[in-house]
Amino acid sequence: MTGPAGIPNERTRLAVAGARATVAASLKEQPRRDVVLNATFAGLLLLAVLLALAGLVALLAQAFVTGAPALGVDLVTNVPSTLHPENAGFRPAIIGSLELIAGVILFVVPIGIGAAIYLEEYADKTRWWNRAIEVNIQNLAAVPSIIYGILGLAFIVRGPLDLGFILAAGSLTLALLVLPVVVIAAREAIRAVPDSIRQGSLALGATQWQTIRAQVLPAAISGIATGVILAVSRALGEAAPLLLVGATVFVTFDPTPFSGDGYSALPVQIFQYATRPQEDFQTVAAAGVIVMLAVLLAMNSFAIWLRNRYEQRW
Amino acid sequence: MAEDKSRSETGRESREAAAQRAAIAVRPGEFQRHGSGRREKVFEMKGIEVLYSGVSAVKGISMDVHRNDITALIGPSGCGKSTLLRCLNRMNDLIPGAEVRGELLYHGEDLYGPTVDPVQARKLIGMVFQKPNPFPKSIYDNVAFGPRILGEKDDLDGKVERALREAALWEEVKDRLQDNAFGLSGGQQQRLCIARCIAVQPDTILMDEPCSALDPISTGKIEDLMIELKKEFSIVIVTHNMQQAARVSDRTAFLMVELDADEENRWGRLVEYDETEKIFTNPSDKRTEDYVSGKVG
Repeated sequence: MTGPAGIPNERTRLAVAGARATVAASLKEQPRRDVVLNATFAGLLLLAVLLALAGLVALLAQAFVTGAPALGVDLVTNVPSTLHPENAGFRPAIIGSLELIAGVILFVVPIGIGAAIYLEEYADKTRWWNRAIEVNIQNLAAVPSIIYGILGLAFIVRGPLDLGFILAAGSLTLALLVLPVVVIAAREAIRAVPDSIRQGSLALGATQWQTIRAQVLPAAISGIATGVILAVSRALGEAAPLLLVGATVFVTFDPTPFSGDGYSALPVQIFQYATRPQEDFQTVAAAGVIVMLAVLLAMNSFAIWLRNRYEQRW
Repeated sequence: MAEDKSRSETGRESREAAAQRAAIAVRPGEFQRHGSGRREKVFEMKGIEVLYSGVSAVKGISMDVHRNDITALIGPSGCGKSTLLRCLNRMNDLIPGAEVRGELLYHGEDLYGPTVDPVQARKLIGMVFQKPNPFPKSIYDNVAFGPRILGEKDDLDGKVERALREAALWEEVKDRLQDNAFGLSGGQQQRLCIARCIAVQPDTILMDEPCSALDPISTGKIEDLMIELKKEFSIVIVTHNMQQAARVSDRTAFLMVELDADEENRWGRLVEYDETEKIFTNPSDKRTEDYVSGKVG
C-alpha cells in the first residue's frame, strides 16, 4: 500500500478518504424522508390519544356545566318529583343502588372466586370441556347487558326462581352480569402466583386445599379485590338490565331488598329525569350524572390504589 | 453442650414422631434389620423408571441411600437427576402424565404402594429447591407454616427458633422475625427454606441444586450446614458442581444420558454409584472417569 519510501501514495490516500466518507455518510443523520415519516406517525398516534380524551372531556364538561346549578345536599336527600324539578332528588335511587351492589358483592365474591379457584387449581386443563369453559367465560363478559335483563326477567323474576320484581332480583341479575369479569380477574390473580410457591408448600406436606387457602389465595387477594371493585363499579352504572327486572322509576320511599313495592337505581333515575320535557329536569339529570361519576371515580381510584399498594411483587 | 443434647433429643423425638405420623407403618425394631451393610437404608431403588407422557426420562436406576449420609447425584444436564430426586418424595405425582415404575422402598415400605398417602410421605421427606422459594410472608410465618398446617401449634416460637438455629440462620434474623422473607439475601432465603423444611421434622432432606443460584460465600455456608445437618437427617443432593459433590457427599451416583439405537429417544442411566472418594479418585467405569476429570461435559 505504501510506495518505495514508506509514504502512503496517492491511490491509498484517495481510497482511505473514500472509505471514511462512506462511513461518515452512513452514520450521519437520517434521510429527510425517514425523519418526516417518523414525525408523522408520532403525530397520528398523539391525535388518536387526543380524540379519545376529547370525547371524555366533552362529556364531563357538559355534565358539569349543565348540572352545576342543581348540585347540593338536597340532591341526595330529596325524593324524586315529576312536577317540581327544584325539589327533585335521588334519595331512593342512591339507596337502591347501594343495596343492589351490596347484593351483587354477596353473590359474586364467593361464587366468582370459587369458580376461579376450581378452574385454575383443580380442573384438568387438557380436557376439552375445561378449555370450552375458558373460552365461554370470555364470551359471557362481552354479552350486552340487556340480554342479562331478559335472562333476569325470564328466570329470576318469573320462571324457576319466581322472585317477582324485587330488588333482590335486580341484584341477582346484575351479579350474573358482572360474574364473568370477577372470574376472569380472579383467575389472572391466581395464575400470577408462581408455581414455586405451590411446590414449596406441597413439599412440606400440605394438601392442595391447604396450599390454596394459606398460600395462593392470600398472595392473590389484591388482584381479586381489584377485580371485584371494578366489576361492582360496572354494575353500579348499568341501567338496561334493571329496566326489565322492575327498577320502577318513580319510588319515593327507601327501597328494601325483598319488598314487592318497587325499587330504583341511580342510572335508571337519571334516565327518567333526562327524558322529561322540562329543561330543569335536564339539570337535575346532569347533576345526577355528576354524582354517579364521582362515585365511580372514587371506586375505581380506590381499586387502583389498592392494587398498587398491596400488589405482590415476585 | 446443652444445645447438642437438645439436638439429639430432638432427633430421637423427631424420628419417633415422624414414624408415628406416617401412614407408612414402620416398627422400631426394624430400623436395625434393613441393609446388609453396617448402616440402615433410607431408600432402596430397584429398576426405577420414570416416564413423562409415555416417554422415558430415566431407566433402570438401582441404588440404596443410607441413613445419615449425604448422597450426591451428579451428571451432565438432562440426565434425569432432578427427575429421580422428585421420585423420592412423590413430587412427580404433581406432574400430569408422569409415571414411576419399579420398586422404591422407604425404610422397607413401598413408597408407591396403595396405602401410602403422598401428603404424609412429603412430611417425612422434605425438599429444598434450586431457586430459593420463600413464601411472601414474614420469616416467622415461613418457618411456622409447616407446624401450623400439621396442627402442631404448641410452642410455635420454640419450634421456629430451633429450626432457624439448626439452619444456622437464627443469629441473623432473630431481631427481625416479622420482616418479610423477601428482604433476605439469596443465601439467607435458601437457609430459610432449609429451616422451613426442618421445622416439619422430616427424616430426609432432598436438595435439588440448592446452591446453583447462590454466590460462593453463601454456597460455602450451606455446604457447612449440610455437613452439620447430616448428623440428624439423611440428605440427597443433586448437583451440577462436581467439586461440591466431592466436598460434601459420602456417596456419589453418576448418571448419564443414553440414546437408543436410532438416536431418537434419550433417557438417564445410573453409570456408577459408590463412595465419593472412589468415584473421584478411582472410578470403575470409564465414563465416570471421563466426566469427573472434565474430559466430557
